[in-house]
Amino acid sequence: MSAEAPNPIEQFELHRYFPHQIAGVETSFTNASLYMLLAAVGVVLLMVVATSRKAIVPGRFQALAEMLYEFVANTVRQTAGKEGMKFFPFVFSLFSFILISNLIGLIPYTYSVTSQIVVTAAFAVLVILLVTAYGFYRNGFGFLKLFVPHGVPLPVLVILVPIEIISFLSRPVSLSIRLFANILAGHVTLAVFGGFVVLLLAAGGVYQALAPIPLLAIIALYALELLVAFLQAFVFSVLTCVYLNDAIHPGH
Amino acid sequence: MAIISSAYAAEAEQEAPETHESVGAPGGEAHHEGGFPPFQTENFAPQLVWLVLIFGFLYLLMSRIALPRVGGIIENRDAKIAADLDASREMQAKAQAAAAANDENLRLRREEAQTIGRDAQQKIANETAAQRTRAESEASEKIRAAEARIAEAKSAALANVEGIALDAAASIVEKLTGAPADRAKLAAQYKAVN
Repeated sequence: MSAEAPNPIEQFELHRYFPHQIAGVETSFTNASLYMLLAAVGVVLLMVVATSRKAIVPGRFQALAEMLYEFVANTVRQTAGKEGMKFFPFVFSLFSFILISNLIGLIPYTYSVTSQIVVTAAFAVLVILLVTAYGFYRNGFGFLKLFVPHGVPLPVLVILVPIEIISFLSRPVSLSIRLFANILAGHVTLAVFGGFVVLLLAAGGVYQALAPIPLLAIIALYALELLVAFLQAFVFSVLTCVYLNDAIHPGH
Repeated sequence: MAIISSAYAAEAEQEAPETHESVGAPGGEAHHEGGFPPFQTENFAPQLVWLVLIFGFLYLLMSRIALPRVGGIIENRDAKIAADLDASREMQAKAQAAAAANDENLRLRREEAQTIGRDAQQKIANETAAQRTRAESEASEKIRAAEARIAEAKSAALANVEGIALDAAASIVEKLTGAPADRAKLAAQYKAVN
C-alpha cells in the first residue's frame, strides 16, 4: 500500500483464493469464506470445546460460554416468550456468528463478513421467511391479523392495513441495511482516519505534528466500533425475536 | 478470476473511476475494482454459498451439541446447588435436633446427679445422726453407771468417815474423861449433828 493512496474501500474487496464453480454457480473460496469459517470456528471453540469438560465450577471460557447462553436465552425469553425458546438455537447461532464476525472484523488487516450486504440480506431474508412460515404454520390465515390492528374502526383500517403491510415488507430491508451500514461505515471511518495519519506523515513539516490527532480519533472510534459490533449483533437478534413474537402472537 | 465478464468489469470501471488509485492492490486483483465491492453482484454467489454452508453447519453444531450441553451444565449446577442446599438444611435441622436432645439429656443427667447427691447427703446425715444418738446413749449409759459408782463409793466413803469419826470421838472422849466412851451415845450424837 503506497503512502499517498490509502483506499478505505479496499478492505471490502473479495479475494478469490480458490476460484471454483459448480453447475454455473460460483463457489470460489474467498476471504469472505475464510472469515465466515473463522467466526464459526470461534463460536464452536467457545461453545463446544470450552464446555467439553462440563464442569460444575466453570473455567474462564466455559463461564463465558454460559454467560453468552444465558444472555441470549434471556433475550429470547423476554422478547418472544416461552414459546419463542423454540427458536433459541437459531437466534443464538445468529447472534454469536454476527458478534464474532463483527469482533474479528475489528482486528486490523482482517475482513468483515457483516460488511457485505449480501450476507446481512441473506440473514434478514432467512429471518423473515422463518417468521412468515412459522406465522402461517402456527396461526393459519390468522397470521394475517398481524396486518389488522385490533379495535380499529374500518375507515382507518383502509389506510392502516397497507401501512402495516409495507412496514412488514420493509423489515428485511431495514434489518439487513442496519447491520451492513453500521459495520461498513465504521470500517470506512477507521480507514479514512488511518489514511489521514498516513497522508499527514507523508506531507512532512508542520503536518507531521498533526498526525497524532487522527490517531487519537481512531482510538476513540475503535472503542465505539467495539460497542457497535456488540450492539448490532444484539439489535439483529432482538429484532429477530420481536418478529418471531409477531409470528407467535399475531393478534397484537 | 475470469468469472466476471470483461464487459461488466469495463462498465464498472467507468462507473467508478475514483477507485482507480487501488490498481496496485495486493494479489493482482486489479480487475476486481469496479464499483463498490459490497455491491458487486458477481461477489454475491460465492459468499452466499459459503454462508449457507458455514452458518448451516454452525446452526447444527449449536442446536445439536453446544446449546443442549451448556443448558445441561447450567441445569446440573442449579440442581446440584439446590440439592446441596437441601442437604445442608437437613443437616442443620439434624444438628439442631441433636443439640436439643443433648441439652435435654444433660438436663436429665444433671437432675439425676443432683438427686443422687441429695440422697447421699440425706443418707450420710441419717447415718451420722443415728451414730450420734447411739454414741450419745452409750455415753449417757456410761455416765449413769459411773455416777452410780461414784454415789456408791461416796456412800461407802461416808460410812467409813462415820466409823473413823466415831473412833476419833471415842478416843477423844477417852482421853478427856479417862473413861471408855459410850459408842451408842456417840453414834446417836453423830447422827444428830449430821
